[in-house]
Amino acid sequence: MIPLSHFLTLGAILFTLSIAGIFLNRKNVIIILMCIELMLLAVNTNFIAFSYFLGDTAGQVFVFFILTVAAAEAAIGLAILVVLFRTRGTINVSDLDQLQG
Amino acid sequence: MDFKLLVFWVFSLVLVGAAVGVITTRNPVQAALFLVLAFVNSAVIWMLMEAEFLAITLVLVYVGAVMVLFLFVVMMLDINLAPLREGFHKYLVVGGGIVAAIVFQMIFLIRVKWTGDDKFPQPVPKPAEYSNTEELGMAMYTDYLFQFEVAAVILLVAIVAAIALTMRRRPLTKYQRPAEQVLVQKEDRLRVVEVNSQDNQDIGSISNAATKASAAAKANAANHSDNGDNNPPIDGATEGVKP
Repeated sequence: MIPLSHFLTLGAILFTLSIAGIFLNRKNVIIILMCIELMLLAVNTNFIAFSYFLGDTAGQVFVFFILTVAAAEAAIGLAILVVLFRTRGTINVSDLDQLQG
Repeated sequence: MDFKLLVFWVFSLVLVGAAVGVITTRNPVQAALFLVLAFVNSAVIWMLMEAEFLAITLVLVYVGAVMVLFLFVVMMLDINLAPLREGFHKYLVVGGGIVAAIVFQMIFLIRVKWTGDDKFPQPVPKPAEYSNTEELGMAMYTDYLFQFEVAAVILLVAIVAAIALTMRRRPLTKYQRPAEQVLVQKEDRLRVVEVNSQDNQDIGSISNAATKASAAAKANAANHSDNGDNNPPIDGATEGVKP
């Protein structure tokens, strides 16, 4: 039998790995988007674990909505990325300093 | 060690390995493929928690649609990878330190300090005729109906936004205008011209004259020497070419 803490540990490790990915690949927008997807996956794993151990379907419904929003986010994020590459010719984050921020 | 725990360990180890692959690989295509592996393994782990519908949704929607979209974009953009890897080792120290700290804190909290495994006992397995899809559908179409509709609107907005962002009109490209094509009348395309036969012959000669001009001039000269001027079309042709 798998205790709840196993699933929570797995979610925590996945989440921190994706944080590490954002640290390591901070110049590549595509990898950053992938790390955000991985982060959402870790959060969804936690939601489903609690839904399973509490016997409550609400957690799975939340995961469904998170999947929906994540798909929309990925589509719009990639569209912005394509437009960015078309106008600037680069996806390097450190080159995108037009706002002088 | 029972079978479920073995499955959990195998797939979670592959999942963590795939996640490490996503964040450390040099090539974005390989990163996307590692992410596909992570999603598939995660679907198996969700299935261990009896979330069958969401596991299948993860495989279909994420692996089938979102990751294919990622692969399309990664392969479509011609990216110079060298500058994107700058500072990887510099950030490895900082990022690795912060991540180690977070992992240590979380695992310390979850596995050492926390006594939740006693408070959350192992749930009894669902009977064989239990349908996870049906229960999720009942919850979604009754209690969460409004949120479900909002999610549908979010997807619609995402479709419109993605198309509106990426569509562009190149100035040199020629487009059909189907509305005008449908609405065209006979008078717009067809013009009936009254010509008499003599003019008609001349027009035909002129249209051929450019290619025949030199040959016709020689032939004309030959015809004039032979049988005078009883060959009016060729005369017309040569005169037509002169202006």
